[in-house]
Amino acid sequence: MKKKKSRVSGYNKWGYIFLIPFTLAYVVFQLIPLANTIYNSFFENYMSGLKQIGPTFVGIDNYRKLFEGGDIWTYAKNTMVLWIMCFIPQIILSLLLGAWFSDTRLRLRGSRFFKTVIYLPNLIMASAFAMLFFTLFSDGGPINSLLMQLGFIDTPYKFLSNTGSARGLIAFMNCLMWFGNTTILLMAGMMGIDTNLFEAAEVDGATSTQVFYRVTLPLLRPILVYVIITSLIGGLQLFDVPQILTNGTGDPMRTTMTLIMFLNKHLYSKNYGMAGALSVVLFIMTGILSLIVFKVSGNDKRKG
Amino acid sequence: MGRKKNDGLKKGMGIRARRGLAYVVLITISFFCLFWFYILFINATRSNGELQAGFTLLPSTHALDNWRNLIGGTLPMVRGMVNSLIIAASSAVLSVYFSTMTAYAIHAYEFRLKKYIYPFILMIMMIPTQVTALGFVQLVSSMKLEDSFIPLIGTTIAAPVTFFYMKQYMESTLSLALIEAARIDGSGEFRTFNHIVLPLMKPAIAVQAIFTFVNSWNNYFTPALILHEDSKKTLPILIAQLRAADWLKFDMGQVYMAIAFSIFPVILVYLVLSRQIVQGVSVGGVKE
Repeated sequence: MKKKKSRVSGYNKWGYIFLIPFTLAYVVFQLIPLANTIYNSFFENYMSGLKQIGPTFVGIDNYRKLFEGGDIWTYAKNTMVLWIMCFIPQIILSLLLGAWFSDTRLRLRGSRFFKTVIYLPNLIMASAFAMLFFTLFSDGGPINSLLMQLGFIDTPYKFLSNTGSARGLIAFMNCLMWFGNTTILLMAGMMGIDTNLFEAAEVDGATSTQVFYRVTLPLLRPILVYVIITSLIGGLQLFDVPQILTNGTGDPMRTTMTLIMFLNKHLYSKNYGMAGALSVVLFIMTGILSLIVFKVSGNDKRKG
Repeated sequence: MGRKKNDGLKKGMGIRARRGLAYVVLITISFFCLFWFYILFINATRSNGELQAGFTLLPSTHALDNWRNLIGGTLPMVRGMVNSLIIAASSAVLSVYFSTMTAYAIHAYEFRLKKYIYPFILMIMMIPTQVTALGFVQLVSSMKLEDSFIPLIGTTIAAPVTFFYMKQYMESTLSLALIEAARIDGSGEFRTFNHIVLPLMKPAIAVQAIFTFVNSWNNYFTPALILHEDSKKTLPILIAQLRAADWLKFDMGQVYMAIAFSIFPVILVYLVLSRQIVQGVSVGGVKE
């Protein structure tokens, strides 16, 4: 017995050995950078013309400047507006499609084809997709000439010069890229619901709308919360599409400038103090959101 | 009860009407998913002059001209694709191999730190790479690794999302009795992992390799911060450069060809592997 035990623990040292690559890569490429980012946030460190200012320790001055400057609120608002504009149509569409795909009575033909098609945009390079939309929706682009050929408009509509349409395009692209993913997640959740419940509801005379609101939605709550929060975390990271579409300017009038675009700007101008402070703020925000996900999926998903 | 049923019939739609509605919505949505790529394909085959003339749904004959102009132009597109391929392929291989190894460490062994390490990896899963970008850029420049692919590829060795997928897959397929049997037959731990565990994980490995490849292929934020030399740039950086250039002077046929060149390889891969990919998403459930 004793011998066996020591042999087992002898094997178990391999647990540590197999963890070495992950740990090394994590510490070098993620943990040290994270610590370094936090460290930087307490220093004044930027270029003023050709002159390097700092690094000097300034305590929480960068944070004070960040929040008093006001820009961060504008960009946070833009980010939230873009996320909401994208998420509401996305979740409605995904719930609807998920319900249809998982409804055995409906017996949709070609559902594999449709699933393949709606997931496709998720894999497309966001920057190339944004560039494509930029050319298609430019003032002399194909969409404008199509609309003029069809007689809807007389002069080209300036999609990228109006706040509403510029934001709309960004939200539309993101919605297109993510609703397939959400649909498949929700569908997997709906398939997991006991079919007896649906049959019972049907016997009791519930319509499909009633079944959806009274049976499907409540049972889907944990996965819905998961989808909402992970989408919100993804929304905070919104960058590629607005960056390429507006060439980093956030035009018109910085109404499509997101938080990560703001961060990117500081990184390019080498204003490391402010970039650090902004990163830490974003880190805390995602941290809080992640804790919620962790709690929700810890309670419900990991058992399944 | 009878009345309730009548109410239901009045309010609810018949199954055929609902099926019809479903098809209409699905076809509309599919149209919106594919339309842009169809125009992209058409426009990549048209010359600049034809593109200025207006919109059409029919392809033209200038695809080869556009292609030649693009390759002979100022943007190093072919180089960019080679760079993207090198980074994405190495990331996929390393990420999948080491994530499986990490998952195996947690799955197959009992050790004291395990109960801290597993929750820790789950906690860091959601941290976006953007928030550590500042420190990452500084680290890379202090290690003199700017314009090198090593930091981009090395990062993917520690991929919590891939790890989590592998761990879940292992829980459902890999029995500890099998590992015990290998031990009794005298197989070393490392050998067991490479020759018994890895082959059993093939389906999960394929799915995650595709996702890692695609994510790396599409990644713009981090590579743009550390790759500055023209010969090192990846496709997304070149696309951004194309956008930043005074594009009105550009031959639009070339622009469309450049976009198509970045997008179509992924679409081709997807057409071949769509079944596994779509299944992979619904099984994994944690792709952000």
